[in-house]
Amino acid sequence: MTAPTAEPHAPVTPAPRVSPPQPPNRLKAWATRAPLLPALVFLIAVTQLPFVATLVISLFDWNSLDPDDRHFTGLSNYRRAAEDEALRESVLTTAVLTASVVLATVVLGLLLALLLDREFRGRGVVRTLLIAPFLIVPVAAALLWKHVLYNPDYGLFNGALTWVAARFGDDSPPQPDWVSEMPLLAVEASLIWQWTPFMMLILLAGLQSRPTDMIEAARIDGAGNWQIFRYLTLPHLRRYLELGVLLGSVHIVQNFDAVFTITAGGLDTANLPYTIYQTFYQAHEYGQASAAGVLVVIGSIIIATFALRVVSSLFTEEASRS
Amino acid sequence: MSIHTRRGARALVAAASAGALVAACTACEGYVGAGGSSLFGGDAINVLMVNNPQMVELQKLTKRHFTKDTGIKVNFTVLPENDVRDKISQDFSNQAGQYDVATISNFEVPFFSEHGWLRDLGPYLAKDPAFDQQDILAPVRQSLTADDGKVYAEPFYGESSFLMYRKDVLAERGLTMPAEPTWQQVADIAAKTDGARPGMKGICLRGLPGWGELTAPLTTVVNTFGGTWFTKDWKARLTSPEFVEATQFYVDLVREHGQAGAAQSGYAECLYNMSQGKSAMWYDATAAAGTLEEAKSPVKGKIGYVKAPVNKTSDSGWLYTWAWGMQKASKKSDDAWKFISWASSKEYEALVGRESGWANVPAGKRASTYARPEYRAAASAFADVTHRSIAATKPRDPGVQPRPAAGIQFVGVPEFTDLGTRVSQEISAAIAGRQSVRAALRASQKMAERVGEEYQD
Repeated sequence: MTAPTAEPHAPVTPAPRVSPPQPPNRLKAWATRAPLLPALVFLIAVTQLPFVATLVISLFDWNSLDPDDRHFTGLSNYRRAAEDEALRESVLTTAVLTASVVLATVVLGLLLALLLDREFRGRGVVRTLLIAPFLIVPVAAALLWKHVLYNPDYGLFNGALTWVAARFGDDSPPQPDWVSEMPLLAVEASLIWQWTPFMMLILLAGLQSRPTDMIEAARIDGAGNWQIFRYLTLPHLRRYLELGVLLGSVHIVQNFDAVFTITAGGLDTANLPYTIYQTFYQAHEYGQASAAGVLVVIGSIIIATFALRVVSSLFTEEASRS
Repeated sequence: MSIHTRRGARALVAAASAGALVAACTACEGYVGAGGSSLFGGDAINVLMVNNPQMVELQKLTKRHFTKDTGIKVNFTVLPENDVRDKISQDFSNQAGQYDVATISNFEVPFFSEHGWLRDLGPYLAKDPAFDQQDILAPVRQSLTADDGKVYAEPFYGESSFLMYRKDVLAERGLTMPAEPTWQQVADIAAKTDGARPGMKGICLRGLPGWGELTAPLTTVVNTFGGTWFTKDWKARLTSPEFVEATQFYVDLVREHGQAGAAQSGYAECLYNMSQGKSAMWYDATAAAGTLEEAKSPVKGKIGYVKAPVNKTSDSGWLYTWAWGMQKASKKSDDAWKFISWASSKEYEALVGRESGWANVPAGKRASTYARPEYRAAASAFADVTHRSIAATKPRDPGVQPRPAAGIQFVGVPEFTDLGTRVSQEISAAIAGRQSVRAALRASQKMAERVGEEYQD
C-alpha cells in the first residue's frame, strides 16, 4: 500500500549565472546537475518503484492462498473495488473521521496555544505535559483508550461515574458501554487526544511569531482583546492553520492503529486503510488490495491538489492585500 | 524556553511536522519489527505463536529447559489470535522463511499442505519413536493429517467447546445444571442468575469480530439449531430460518444477559469476566478450564463443566487444535523438529505439571494425559468432559445436513477467514444494537454467495 505523503522534491539546481553569451550553456548546466543525479535516481527508486509495483500487481488476479492461479485480469480488480460496498462505506467513514478529528484538534489546539502563549509560572512544564500524548506510540495510545478508559467493567470512565455517583448516594450509576454505543466517536476521541498537541505546537509557533509592535499599536488605539484576536491574530495565524489542517489530514486519513485496536473495524468504523488491510491480510487478495490502494492514492491526489489550490489562492490573496 | 524569533517559530513548526512523520512511521513499523532475524547466531529458531496462556507458559519454560538441554535458542514472536493468523498466512504463503515454526490449526492444515508450504513430519516421526504419535487423540490426529495421508503438524493442545458455570451461584438460586443442557435451558438459567452477585451477568459469549472469535461459538449454535453456512453444493444459507433463529437466539441472549461491552469481548475478555466473578456461565473453549482452575485463580473449584449446549443435534462442541507446523522453507528443520517434539511431548506436559500445576497442562491432545493420576487429580472437574467432548466431534458431519468442506466452527476453505470476519462484523454490530439480526444476515448472505459461487461447478 502506498500512501500519499509530502515528499521532498529533487534538489533544485542553482540557475546558472547569466554572463556574456557563451554557446553551450546546457553542457554547463548538466555539469552542475550531474553530481546530484545519483540522489535523484535513488529517490525515484525508493519512492516511485513500489508504487509502480503496486500498479502492476493491481492488474493481476492474485490470491496468496491460491498462488498457482495467478493471472493477468486487466481492470477487473478496479471494477470489483468500485462495486465493493465495504470499500464505499469506508470512504465515507474515512471522510467523517478525518474531518471531525481535524476540526476538533484545530479548535482545541488553538485554545491551548492561546493559553500557553501567556506568561505564567511553570509554563515549560505545562507545555511538556501537553505535548506528551503526541509522543506516545499510536498503538499504545489506542490500547490505553480501549482498556484503561473505555472498558465497561474496569475502565476509568465508568469508575469515575461510579465514584461521582457514590458522592451523591447513588449506588447504581449508569455504566455506558462506550465503544459499542458510540464506536466512531470512541475512535475519534482517542485520535483527538493524540493529535491536539500537534496542532497546538504549530499554532503556538504561529502565535509566538506575531509582531508585538502591531499589537501594542492596536492596544494604544483602544482595541479590545477580542478585536485584536479577530483582526490581527487570526489573519496572522491563517497560514499556520492551513498547514496544520493539511498535515493533520494527511496523517489522519492514513490512521490505522486506532481503528484496528479499539474496534477491530467493527461497528461501521472501518476506514480505508483498515479495509485495504483486511483485503490484503485476511482475504489475501493481493490484486484487489493493490487496486483499492491505487484508487485511494488517485482520490487523495485529486483532493490534495484541490486543497492545495485553495490554500495557495488564499496565500496570493494575502500577499495582494498586504 | 520561549521562542521569540521567526526562525525559532519555523523551527518549532518543522519539529512538529517531523514529529508527526516519526509518529506516523512508528505505525508502519509496529507490526513488522517483531520477527527475529537469524542475526543472533546460527543456533536460533524463530517461532511465531498465538498469545494464549499455555503458549506464554511455554515461552517461559523454553529458555530454562529446552535451550539449556539442547543449546538451541528460540526466538518467540507472540501475537493475538487474529493478528497471528494474518502474519502466518503472509509468511508461509510467500515462503519467506522468516519463521521456522508457527502455531497453525486444523483449519489451515488442509490447504497449507496442498500448496506445499508445510514440511511433511512423517520422516521425523519415524526417527523419533519416543514421541509416540499413536498416543495423539484420533480426531485431533486426523484433523492434522492432509488428504495425502501425511502428517503436517503436531498438536500443542486440542480443544472442544463446553459450558462452564458457577456451581455456587446456581446452588444459591436453587438451580441445577443438566448434564447435557439444551440452549433453551441455558438461556433460562442465564436469566435467573443475572445479577446474582453485584456486577455479575448471566452468561459470557464472544462478540468480538473475527472468524476465530465470535464466528466460532456462533457457528456451533447455528449447527445445532439445524443451520449451515453452505449446502453440499455451495449454496449460501445465511438467511435460512434455522440460521436466522440461531443467530437471533445468540444475539438476544448476549444482549439480555451477557457481559458488558459484548461487542468487543473475545476469548480473553470472557476469561477475565469468568475468573473475576462477573459471569455466572461461559460457553467457550475447553482449554479455558486449565486457566480457571489454576492455583491462583479466584474461582478455582467453584466451576462446573458440562457438554456444549444443544438443540437439534446430540453434540455441538467444536474441534480445534493449536499445532506446530514447520514452514517448508525453514533452513533449520532439524532444530525445528526438536522444538516441536519437545513442546508436544508427554515430558513437556509433565514439566508443566511439576512447574505450575497439573491443571495448566496443555491437554486435549494425548490419550495418556487422561490416564495420568496427577492430571486426573488436578483436573478432575473438567478432564473427563473435555475428553468426551473432543472424542465426540465429527468435523466432516457437524450438523443435520451434509457439508461441502470439513470443519465444525468454520468452513474449511481459505476464503473463510475473510468471510467469517466480515460476517462477524455485521453480527457484532447487531450485538451492539446498531442493526437488526436480519439486516446483518442479509448483508452476510451476499458475501457468502460470492464465496459459494467460486466453488460451484
